Amino acid sequence: MSTYAQKKGFGATIWDYLTTVDHKKIAILYLMAGGLFFIMGGLEAVFIRIQLAVPNNDFVSAGAFNEIITMHGTTMIFLAAMPLLFAFMNAVMPLQIGARDVAFPFVNALGFWLFFFGGIFLNLSWFLGGAPDAGWTSYASLAVHSKGHGIDFYVLGLQISGLGTLIGGINFLVTIINMRAPGMTYMRMPLFTWTTFVASAMILFAFPPLTVGLTLMMFDRLFGANFFEVAMGGNTIIWEHLFWIFGHPEVYILILPAFGIFSEIFSTFSRKRLFGYSSMVFATVLIGFLGFMVWAHHMFTTGLGPVANAIFAVATMAIGVPTGIKIFNWLFTMWGGSVKFTTPMYYAFAFIPSFVMGGVTGVMVATAAADYQYHDTYFVVAHFHYVIVGGVVLALLAGTHYWWPKMFGTMLNETLGKITFWLFFIGFHLTFFIQHFLGLWGMPRRVFTYLPGQGLNAGNLISSIGAAFMSVAVLILLFNIIMTQVKNVKVGNDPWEDGRTLEWSIPSPPPFYNFKQLPLVRGLDAYWLEKMAGKKGLTPAEPIGDIHMPNSSFIPFMISLGLFIAAFGAMYHVDDKPWALPVLIIGLVITFGSMLVRSVKDDHGFHIHKEELVQEEKGAKA
Amino acid sequence: MTNQPLSSSNPRVDLEYRRRKNAEEMRYQVISFTLMIFLTFVAFGVVAIKGFTAWFVVPFILLLACVQVVFQLFYFMHMSHKGHEAPSMFLFTGVFLAMIMVWAFMTIIWW
Repeated sequence: MSTYAQKKGFGATIWDYLTTVDHKKIAILYLMAGGLFFIMGGLEAVFIRIQLAVPNNDFVSAGAFNEIITMHGTTMIFLAAMPLLFAFMNAVMPLQIGARDVAFPFVNALGFWLFFFGGIFLNLSWFLGGAPDAGWTSYASLAVHSKGHGIDFYVLGLQISGLGTLIGGINFLVTIINMRAPGMTYMRMPLFTWTTFVASAMILFAFPPLTVGLTLMMFDRLFGANFFEVAMGGNTIIWEHLFWIFGHPEVYILILPAFGIFSEIFSTFSRKRLFGYSSMVFATVLIGFLGFMVWAHHMFTTGLGPVANAIFAVATMAIGVPTGIKIFNWLFTMWGGSVKFTTPMYYAFAFIPSFVMGGVTGVMVATAAADYQYHDTYFVVAHFHYVIVGGVVLALLAGTHYWWPKMFGTMLNETLGKITFWLFFIGFHLTFFIQHFLGLWGMPRRVFTYLPGQGLNAGNLISSIGAAFMSVAVLILLFNIIMTQVKNVKVGNDPWEDGRTLEWSIPSPPPFYNFKQLPLVRGLDAYWLEKMAGKKGLTPAEPIGDIHMPNSSFIPFMISLGLFIAAFGAMYHVDDKPWALPVLIIGLVITFGSMLVRSVKDDHGFHIHKEELVQEEKGAKA
Repeated sequence: MTNQPLSSSNPRVDLEYRRRKNAEEMRYQVISFTLMIFLTFVAFGVVAIKGFTAWFVVPFILLLACVQVVFQLFYFMHMSHKGHEAPSMFLFTGVFLAMIMVWAFMTIIWW
């Protein structure tokens, strides 16, 4: 216990993070890695907007432009949005259900390192002969014939990081089903926990199709198979289906936790119970379910036939209903509440109109007949950026401000936060609103340049200026983060003063065992209930006793490193490089050897003894 | 309590109740095992007996296979017991979603 508070050297801190199995530290790892990839994806976006700012621009070549748009999409979805959401899920969800960690701490660490090495592998493509260039959807008819190793980086990198996401999702499911504190029934779980639960279930069902698709693609590219090769009797459409059977649920996997973050923020800063809690839960589950029934609306122009198009169009529009339920519930939560305009609340407030605009264009593109016009134009680009930036990214920024004190024990500067918000919000609408019209005026997606005199100049320039606003906003956020951490002013349990859920009842950042005694949950918004009853904290559900904790382990890092090395071997084996096969074998030996070590070595963890906990409590009071 | 071993030192374990429960369990297992063997013979039978077309035999055997899976899950893997609600919900959701995908593939890709 005493070692916990000790100042550690730099090397020791690094080693601590490399071996940690603590969900709060893994959350910080996810936040840092996701933040890094977010910056890289953002830079790629800036390059896109510079290239398109004026007609006939030659800032980048056509080939490089294809690589940049592909990596922008892939990085933002798989390596930025997902891990940043995982950061909040890891940091907050176990605290919200009153658990001491996730169900499988070791697997949690493994999930992070798999994602991290997959992401690094994918991004190394920039330095090793060119990035993937077939779009983030990597349609087989383009991808199979792409020269160089770009697509191989995509296939192997996503396969590795996808594994990490899948086991992360399963871990969250088991945690929520099995590790809720006494009294924390399903219908008392905070909305962020509920959305984590549903999103994790969707990960469980959506990632296997991606794994299958990537495996088939890997066989086509690396081992001479012909699953997608029409001339050899394959079917290129199968990739599109497999990708979208994964890809559509994926966007709901992103947006549901975002809804959860906003639900927490709305009720906290309206200082009211979330309006229509049970209908919110119902809507979340329904969106999760319907999310699997609509994938073919991405493929209306593929030639599925009118019946299939009609079915998928109607199913898609049906999703508007539960989403509408949510929007009205958020409005009614604020209605009559005593609303406090903090930075997170700014984001939440701005999210509603922004996301509704994305939803409305969503119903427009869901109309199969009309989609023949919108398809592959900037209208679609505008639509999905409105839902993903206007929904997910605003939620991530809001969540960063909202939970920063819980994760790091310091409060981000509110003034800088609000400046960030305004710049980002204005920049976002400036960038993407005009793109609806660019699309309607006939500008196709994924073109690297356009000619002057087609009426596209002004719109594109406005769009690029908006991107500059968003870049400045992100830089100010980074500055804010650095300033806050340098000043290092520590805050108490409940720095927003209106915390409702269990995470605010414990210190910021929480001790590594989270709860000295598991709390007794007496209703929805458990901490708020106790505060209203005039109590300082939760009633404990158990006497102080020994706490069982897992040991740190370096094995997750090694398992992931092995796959990372093996991926290089698999990729260069195609070029008949003599060293490729040994590298593949060495990599797999490292992975399976590490798994073997894990299996044969008993690791029972350790106990924090009752006396130490009592001692610490006395020390804190003295 | 039903999951406590018979040798448990817990005084609240009702031995008589456990024995009855186990006997009942055993009876179900034997019955379902017999049925499964029988279904397997039927499956061999339809192939062996001349006169059935492939259009009948293939779906019929697939149907028998599904019945066998259900027996396996409920009687041998104890899914009928309490405490298996979450796993069975996830199982059925997965089966349902997989079915939709197979159905979609059969109707709009390989038509």
